[in-house]
Amino acid sequence: MKKTLYDKLWDEHHIHTYDNGYSLIYIDKHLIHEVTSPQAFEGLKQAGRSIWSKKSIMAVPDHNVPTKMRENGIKDPISKIQVDALNKNCKSNDLLKFDLEDIRQGIVHVVGPEQGIILPGMTVVCGDSHTSTHGALASLAFGIGTSEVEHVLATQCLLQKKSLNMNIIVDGMMPDYFYSKDLALLIISKIGTAGGTGYAIEYTGSSISNLSMEARMTLCNMTIEAGATTGLVAVDDKTINYVENKPYAPKGKDFTEAKRYWKNLISDIDSVYDKTLNIDVDKSSPMITWGTSPEMAVGIDENLPDLNDEKFSSKRQDLKNAFSYMGLKEKQNVNSIKLDKIFIGSCTNSRIEDLRIVADIVKNKKVAKNIKSAIIVPGSGLVKEKAENEGLDKIFTKSGFEWRSPGCSMCLGMNDDKLNEFERCASTSNRNFEGRQGRLGRTHLVSPATAAAAAIHGHFVDVRDI
Amino acid sequence: MKKFKETKSIAAYIDRKNIDTDAIIPKQYLKAVTREGFGETLFDDWRYLEPGNLGDDHSQRKKNPEFFLYDSKNTNAQILVAGDNFGCGSSREHAVWALMDYGFNVIISTSFADIFYNNCFKNGLLPIILDPADIKKIIKNIEKKNNVFIVNLEEQLIYCDDFKIKFKIDSRRKEVLIQGIDDISETLKLSDKIKDYENKKIIRTPWNSND
Repeated sequence: MKKTLYDKLWDEHHIHTYDNGYSLIYIDKHLIHEVTSPQAFEGLKQAGRSIWSKKSIMAVPDHNVPTKMRENGIKDPISKIQVDALNKNCKSNDLLKFDLEDIRQGIVHVVGPEQGIILPGMTVVCGDSHTSTHGALASLAFGIGTSEVEHVLATQCLLQKKSLNMNIIVDGMMPDYFYSKDLALLIISKIGTAGGTGYAIEYTGSSISNLSMEARMTLCNMTIEAGATTGLVAVDDKTINYVENKPYAPKGKDFTEAKRYWKNLISDIDSVYDKTLNIDVDKSSPMITWGTSPEMAVGIDENLPDLNDEKFSSKRQDLKNAFSYMGLKEKQNVNSIKLDKIFIGSCTNSRIEDLRIVADIVKNKKVAKNIKSAIIVPGSGLVKEKAENEGLDKIFTKSGFEWRSPGCSMCLGMNDDKLNEFERCASTSNRNFEGRQGRLGRTHLVSPATAAAAAIHGHFVDVRDI
Repeated sequence: MKKFKETKSIAAYIDRKNIDTDAIIPKQYLKAVTREGFGETLFDDWRYLEPGNLGDDHSQRKKNPEFFLYDSKNTNAQILVAGDNFGCGSSREHAVWALMDYGFNVIISTSFADIFYNNCFKNGLLPIILDPADIKKIIKNIEKKNNVFIVNLEEQLIYCDDFKIKFKIDSRRKEVLIQGIDDISETLKLSDKIKDYENKKIIRTPWNSND
């Protein structure tokens, strides 16, 4: 039988099928951070259970950590308790952890692939919905809740029902200044935030082949915003080149052997998907979200929606609420939206390619005077080091950006970086939900290029025009 | 885990789609290291007119009188009826803990986000998926009569004075809630099978073995 990539990954990790249709699947890698793990370790302890496979785990603090003045430690005592709990749990169980002082520390979904801890063909979980990121390496990766974190700690397995297969075929030449972030927002605006519920989405087509590995990570990362817990891209030469020589990747003969296996991690020709969607990106524009759900997005050259438009009839109330929360008007021109803050970072867009794109746009330009703060937060200590070696940090600071230390930062405001009430932010993160970046804060999701252009102008502009 | 058999209660209705887990329990409360006490800050941003933090005395915070759960007809509701795609966004299980700690036992919607739906069954919260037409019937009843509903999981039925509605749920999920099954104990019964798999894995994909 012809198999999709998802089918292959599933079958390879399948251990047992119960009569009721559920399966037990094996988990190869378990990523852990400080927010969703303490209750799981506590549960394990209370039940007198031990960790099944300590070597399957990589831990790193990221959500709560400060992104400036690291040397002073964590100021917020409550955040500190959580990070200390992670330290304690990792130490007492002898788990691999990258501490705040370690140059390898960073956002869990940046660090995993960067270290070669995540490899093609693996099953990967983390108590974080953006675990979908790792599907870019053709690994079956998805976010889980804390009880499931405990389940994986104790058994190395999860009870799962197999998802349906969806193929999103993306063809055409990606236009200049249209990035995989824009592609993700375009897809979500078409299928909605529940469009992928129950599916594993595989991205195929010529545009996907042309994407870099980092761009694929951005796309797979955003898959959860379309409701699918898993996003996948098949293995090709780019995947293998990316993995080669990463610190934890196999070496020498092991690598050759692994490579032979990885090359099979593609969907068979003529394999059957439960749903297929075709997207042509030839004439697409950079995207921007205007509302309080990632699906509320328009092209940068469009106006905000007209509530009288028939296509919004069933959603009118939601759109009204969103306009009201965001302090915007229907049919408003996108360029007229003035900004207070700029955030470039998060597990979606904090890798070296993202930073290079930003540097290209802001070089020898200044952040607009009305911008109260513009921060750039690299995804890991190694991304930071690389950027500094390339002199990007100098370009940023000369333009008026703050250059920070790695962490989740303003993506979710669990640390010192957040929006104040009614502040409006161009953000390269993944969620524009009410209050996500701070109570009553207003988030617009964009690509790093669009965020950079907005920083220079103080309001949204079409990055293709500058 | 808490067992679920039946709930008898009025139902509260919130007319909103895509209620995300950030709205159900905002980030600042995720700094807790226990599973308890999230009920006071359920829907925090909508419920209070001033900001709050973990450890605050929330009874002292200014409430939003227009918040739906402060409407006297919703007092002590254990059933929540909400718009499509409930629980989308972050995987935080704290959302389920907060709903249950507040007192909800049943959530009814046309659809739930996958991770949230999964998390419900680890804690004894029953998410019920219904057709839009059935949900309309329930909403109409809530608005006009505010009946007490009985949700019986064994029979897979929602009753009120005016009607009864059958709901679907897969047999395994049903069993988990009714018996309060601990999934980990169940899985550990297959320890030998897991070890067998690991032994084969070392040979088949040595680069992907944790040994």
